Amino acid sequence: MRYMCLIYDNEQTWAKMSKPEADAVMGEYFAFTKDIRSSGHYQAGEALQAVSTATTVRVRDGKLSTTDGPFAETKEYLGGFYLINARDLNEAIQIASRIPSARFGSVEVRPVVEFNH
Amino acid sequence: MDARATVDETYRLESRRVLATLIRLLGDFDRAEEAMHDAFVAAVEQWARDGVPANPRAWLVSTGRFKAIDTARRRARFDRSLAALARELEEAAAADPITETDDVEDDRLRLIFTCCHPALKADAQVALTLREVCGLTTEEIARAFLSSAPTIAQRIVRAKAKIRDAKIPYQVPARSELIDRLDSVLRVIYLVFNEGYSATEGDSLVRGELSSEAIRLGRLLVELLPEPEALGLLALMLLHESRRGARTAPDGTIVLLADQDRSQWNRAVIAEGSALVERAITSRRFGPYTLQAAIAAVHAEAPTGAATDWRQIVALYDVLLRADPSAVVVLNRAVAVAMRDGPAAGLALIDEILARGELADYHFAHAARADLCRRLGRIDDARASYTRALELVKQEPERRFLERRLDELSALRLR
Repeated sequence: MRYMCLIYDNEQTWAKMSKPEADAVMGEYFAFTKDIRSSGHYQAGEALQAVSTATTVRVRDGKLSTTDGPFAETKEYLGGFYLINARDLNEAIQIASRIPSARFGSVEVRPVVEFNH
Repeated sequence: MDARATVDETYRLESRRVLATLIRLLGDFDRAEEAMHDAFVAAVEQWARDGVPANPRAWLVSTGRFKAIDTARRRARFDRSLAALARELEEAAAADPITETDDVEDDRLRLIFTCCHPALKADAQVALTLREVCGLTTEEIARAFLSSAPTIAQRIVRAKAKIRDAKIPYQVPARSELIDRLDSVLRVIYLVFNEGYSATEGDSLVRGELSSEAIRLGRLLVELLPEPEALGLLALMLLHESRRGARTAPDGTIVLLADQDRSQWNRAVIAEGSALVERAITSRRFGPYTLQAAIAAVHAEAPTGAATDWRQIVALYDVLLRADPSAVVVLNRAVAVAMRDGPAAGLALIDEILARGELADYHFAHAARADLCRRLGRIDDARASYTRALELVKQEPERRFLERRLDELSALRLR
């Protein structure tokens, strides 16, 4: 079964980190990614640029509207994701709990809908 | 006994075990419930004709399994996806037939851990556990929680859908996750118990059954998984339960621990609870439930309220505070300190808690403060705190208790 792990962070947390602290967390991310690649759980994963670069797009009655910023204003924003393979929700939770941001942000674990083409 | 009576009796004793195993074999709660129902219907007819089988439970599981395969095959005519399911179930049945030595107790544990999975909403965990593990009807659960049957039913349907769609596995957690996951199971059981013990709104008969159900669950857990905190929780529930008869006056008013008629306490239940506390303490891996049970045991063993070993109780609260540094524990410790060192010492601690703004809306904090002020002769302060407690209290018997205390204060004034 595939699960999407959506990583929500408060950008302030990252901004407040010193350079060595931020490097250490990034190091943990690289190590975690390498680890789940070799265990076969990894399918995809990306980090996103700051929420200040976000644009929200809508089409209503055929008319395009673009607005600055994310869909909803909150404290924690989507900062990246992993798409993983896991046996069941318990395994997915175990993997998600090892994502470094789980310690200061949060990770939403959602099963992926598998369409039968 | 005729076959019909045997089926009824088997349903009462074995239906939860049969269901727990069918969920594992069929991989789905609803499919398992339907299969179990079909198996019992078949039993009424076949046991009357052919006699009761040697192992009724194995018969029911096996029959339920084949009924589920039949159902899937029949419905496959309308829903093609069920053809694959029928084949899968059939292959599994051929590869792994039901034996009498199947470890059904593991299935019961799987069911408990699945119903109490922390990925489910807290109220859904409670409803699902009462429905699936205890076999209560949605109507019974609704009555006990002063809710409506459709609300409870919807909660259960949503929880089952999440179990299926997010693929919450049907398993006992691995050692490494066990302690965290056990916490969630213990919390559900204690919540069910308290709902039956503390809350006094609603049908008191149904509520008493809720406490009994929680104790039954606690016993089952101890039998299947004798972890120290499971022992501690069962002990805690038993020690509370032992006082059930003495804690309300005939008119329903609360009787405080110090004023209870101790001859009404159930000594056999106290002995069982105290023995469990000792077992849990010896393990040296105990936690908050065991400590609370140990405190309840000290109360239970005191021949009179005045002879209570408050030194021991404060010491236990000190340990409990390290495990569970919550404001409620601080408050309870303050009450024990007042008993050990006098009301002024306890009052200073309670005022500290209230000054921090914690528990400001908790009626018991104000009632405890009022009681200490009363004992210090600070009548006006006592009146103010009782009045605040009355504004916050929700349960009728406690309201009556507070009103009586206020009346007594006025009488003191007049003297």
